[in-house]
Amino acid sequence: MRALFYSRLMPIAAVAVIAAVLPAFFPSAYYYRVAALVFVFALAGIGLNLLMGFAGQVSLGHAGFIGIGAYAVAVGPTHLGLPPWLSFFAGAALSAIVAFLVGRPILRLKGHYLAVATLGFGTLLSIVFTNEANLTGGPDGMAVPRLVLFGWAARGSETWYWISAASFVIGAALALNLIDSPTGRALRAIHDSEVAARVLGIDVAQKKLMVFVVSAVYASVAGSYLAMFNGLITPEVSGFLRSIELVAMVVLGGMGSIVGSLVGSAVIVVLPQALSFLHDYEHVVLGLIIMGVMIFLPGGIVPSLTALFAGRRA
Amino acid sequence: MNILSVDHLSITFGGVCAVDGVSFDIAEGLVFSIIGPNGAGKTTLFNLISGLYVPQDGRVLLAGEDVSGWTPERLACRGLSRTFQNLQIFFRLTALENVMVGRHRHERTGIFTDLLHLPAVERQNCETREQAMAALARIGLQTMADRPAGSLAYGDLKRLEIARALATEPSVLLLDEPAAGCNAVETAELEGVIRGIAKDGVTVVLVEHDMRLVMNVSDRIHVLANGRTLAEGTAAEVRADPAVIQAYLGGQEVGRAVG
Repeated sequence: MRALFYSRLMPIAAVAVIAAVLPAFFPSAYYYRVAALVFVFALAGIGLNLLMGFAGQVSLGHAGFIGIGAYAVAVGPTHLGLPPWLSFFAGAALSAIVAFLVGRPILRLKGHYLAVATLGFGTLLSIVFTNEANLTGGPDGMAVPRLVLFGWAARGSETWYWISAASFVIGAALALNLIDSPTGRALRAIHDSEVAARVLGIDVAQKKLMVFVVSAVYASVAGSYLAMFNGLITPEVSGFLRSIELVAMVVLGGMGSIVGSLVGSAVIVVLPQALSFLHDYEHVVLGLIIMGVMIFLPGGIVPSLTALFAGRRA
Repeated sequence: MNILSVDHLSITFGGVCAVDGVSFDIAEGLVFSIIGPNGAGKTTLFNLISGLYVPQDGRVLLAGEDVSGWTPERLACRGLSRTFQNLQIFFRLTALENVMVGRHRHERTGIFTDLLHLPAVERQNCETREQAMAALARIGLQTMADRPAGSLAYGDLKRLEIARALATEPSVLLLDEPAAGCNAVETAELEGVIRGIAKDGVTVVLVEHDMRLVMNVSDRIHVLANGRTLAEGTAAEVRADPAVIQAYLGGQEVGRAVG
């Protein structure tokens, strides 16, 4: 049992150690900022990975839930007078409710049809954030007040680095727990054969809805962090491009690999910064690198490299 | 006591009657086979009984209760499970995990317990693993437990599906062509497996083309042709039925296949 415990949470323990040591090599606050963004997007990536990589259900509108979380911590304190921490939880709860209501009808769809339906959902939310200018500030966005807990205000890249890294570790541990549980086995079964899962007594519709809600909460939490960290929020955060980036993170890092979501997030967040010296050709090179990864590591970075090293050793 | 009854069951697809007023009763603990030429409606009948299709007419009774139109998951929780003619394996899971999924209806932890991995989950996992291992051992696949299902041989996958369905602890097990694609040795093993299942009190409903297997293992045989009942009886009765010989592949060949 002890050995089992170790094998399950080992990768996350390794990530925690790396996250603790990494800042020693940061030459400036800018590095804290980029690393914090990596962890925040990886958190949303884990949620989407549970949905896509484990249960096999695609979502092209997940940035919509990032938007709900982000606008919750902006609108809550500004318009409703709620403290930021309460708005944070309210955003997560609202995302869960929205996912529950929307998931019921659209999760009946499969494959491309589900992709288009979720795409429509994400676009719809993005339009709401843009058009409800009285509440959201419209396309220009709105300021987000600082997170204050017990008189202590979370400010600065270094603080947010620690908050996002700790949250990632917790989120990843929860996800790994879920995978190695009755619910997790049912989700992975649904991915391979829905009909077989059903004749074994699994309520497929209910399990899909459950994982959709969980993944929405992950995205919402990531969105709230992003908003509080940046201190400013625009509708772009919930847009189609963000949804696609999230999917790219999950697929690049490796579907069904929790550590893969972190690696995928690192690629999508860090690479554009690292390639900025190329100026006009930045996106061309970024695109080529992504294509190259998918061609040479088709299972995603983490699963493909793991298989490669396991094969070498054997 | 009839554990499973089918009463004037019918379904049409685009005007074609795939299953047309079929009725039969299956007593508990028997091996009941359904045979017939290709396109006779055997798999459609299975899909109706297991809840994948909703019958347009007629009823399905499970242990005396009308379960017509129930979903497959609800039927599974009431003790009816099945295998598939075209494999429906969870290929990304290990052989053992495949069978562990079959324990789902006996697992009691909820989503929040699972997320937090409370001690109850650990206990549940251990119990599920033990039971699944026992189901694997029952069909002789225990040495394959930790291999990815995708790497197993075809015959082993066929048996893995049976182990997975058995793990649900069904009272009725529907086997859809378990011997298809199996060699003679595998088929002989399968015969022992089916006998063993029936001996443990599980009613087996078998759709199968391998006549030697059907004749050896069945207590009763129901013959379908073009969606309708042609005959029903013991192996000897069915083999001697002129209507069966007429409809089934053509007289001579049946004589050989059956004999």
